[in-house]
Amino acid sequence: MKKRKERIDRGIKVRSEDIFALCSWREMLYLSSPRLLPIVGLLVLSFVLSLYWQKVLLSVSVIALLAISWDLLAQSGMVSLGQALFFGMGAYLAAIMNHYWGWSPFLTMPMATILGGLFCTVLLLPVLRLRGIYFAMVTLILPIMLVRVIEATRIFGGTEGISGLTPLPSRWFELYIIIVALLAAFFGFRRLMGSDFGLVLKGINDNDRSVMNAGINIYWFKAQALFIAGSVGAFAGAFMTHVYMFVGMPVFALDYSILPIAAAIVGGTGTFAGAMFGAFLLVPLSEILRGLGGLRIVFYGLFLVVFIVALPEGIFHYIQRKYHQFERWVEVEK
Amino acid sequence: MSASPLLNVSNLSKYFGGVKAVNAFSFKLMEGELLGFIGPNGSGKTTVVNLITGFVKPSGGEVIYRGQDITGWAPYKIVRLGIARTFQMVRPFYQLPAFKNMIIPLYSPRVKRMAGGKYGDRDAIALDLLEEVGFERDSFVAYKIASVLPQGYLKRLELAKGIALQPDLLILDELFSGLSLAEVASIVPIIEKLRYGGMTIIMIEHRLKELFRIADRVIVLNFGEKIADGLSKEVMESAEVKKAYLGSEED
Repeated sequence: MKKRKERIDRGIKVRSEDIFALCSWREMLYLSSPRLLPIVGLLVLSFVLSLYWQKVLLSVSVIALLAISWDLLAQSGMVSLGQALFFGMGAYLAAIMNHYWGWSPFLTMPMATILGGLFCTVLLLPVLRLRGIYFAMVTLILPIMLVRVIEATRIFGGTEGISGLTPLPSRWFELYIIIVALLAAFFGFRRLMGSDFGLVLKGINDNDRSVMNAGINIYWFKAQALFIAGSVGAFAGAFMTHVYMFVGMPVFALDYSILPIAAAIVGGTGTFAGAMFGAFLLVPLSEILRGLGGLRIVFYGLFLVVFIVALPEGIFHYIQRKYHQFERWVEVEK
Repeated sequence: MSASPLLNVSNLSKYFGGVKAVNAFSFKLMEGELLGFIGPNGSGKTTVVNLITGFVKPSGGEVIYRGQDITGWAPYKIVRLGIARTFQMVRPFYQLPAFKNMIIPLYSPRVKRMAGGKYGDRDAIALDLLEEVGFERDSFVAYKIASVLPQGYLKRLELAKGIALQPDLLILDELFSGLSLAEVASIVPIIEKLRYGGMTIIMIEHRLKELFRIADRVIVLNFGEKIADGLSKEVMESAEVKKAYLGSEED
């Protein structure tokens, strides 16, 4: 008896987030569980993890924020190689406001978020006309330039950085503020890109001439996307500054540019969920591999290559497809 | 007639290196006219449209719209004044339903202004517009994703995107190319209806028979220059046009 594997996609009706979903508990659960998973998962994680892994969760969340911010820009037609610009800008702004002006973290973090987004947008405004690799090059160069400016002029502590910044009230506060921020940004971004505004941004990525032809000023829309993505990145930086109670030149390091991109690529671009998933995979992996010492980067790189070759669409897209499919063995002939 | 023209193009030129894509091209367009642009491939028809709509900056000459010099303006500003165009190559959002493809033009500031300061229900307006260009409402074809739509519907979608902007001047770049006779025949009445509604239209076309039936006036281009301008019938009789299209008799 020969058998073959049959794959069936779930009906569009079931997948649609429409009134049909209310037909049964099963359908409702089917639709809501992927959305509940990150919320419940993050809350449970915050309880069960040890102190060390709670610290790891903080950096995971920060990289996840930078990764979804990267994904937002990518979906709007701007490939950024400089997430470190947003991160470092937020980090330094928060440190300056805290160290020189004595503002509390509750004021520095929101202010650094907004001002960081604003400064990054203004810095990149002249190059919004550039597309693809040209835009990417400029974003790559800017954080490197800012580091050298700080080093050469010795402003803001120069190579020493600024230490002794005000910490956040407690470990739990740190955890929950970043979890709430991550979930808010994640679901907010998804909603944003699902709206008509998001459709215009996607249109700019897909065919900017056609969007211009609708009488829409694409540079104004790109600037808005840049501000949103920049603010989220700046928040991550401001948060980490107060967690470490220190800011220095490493906040502009290439790690903060490359790791979010790696997370988004491995997880799958264009959905935010993929980028977040990638961060939750790559950062802990890097921690686990710490025991390997010098070979750590080798194994890490190997892992990246294997995943990108095996699943170029990204892990999340693969999981998503499987989630919407039935698989069963059927008889072909007697 | 003493009325000033809607569009006055004078000495418009575009050189790409040494190539004169458009050379000292002038014409006047009156309100309510339906003007056809014809000419062999590479004669500069699309470049003229790109120059008028701001997608390409002219090397010389000027474009006056309603008495205002719009030469070299950004495309989005020109659209806001009321000049809309369709593209010869349709590039919709293939993964989105047809009516969702209408959202971008309906997000235009011009649409908001024409509706008196607010946008309204974009999905509903999109469905109405699509019905106007022949997406039959009963067949739910407007809900299908664009990648499964045949070329005829994609062209209609492109037309609907132009109409959505409620332009005073609509420029259609080879709307009929790649369509069957029957499809063309079903789109012609839509254009005629727009025109009787008061819209001024420029059509670039290779389908001469259909064009001559609806156009008031035809301009013939060859090697970037205007070689004939007049009523459809006169133009077709002109020896120079015959030569441009059919080749000279000596070869």
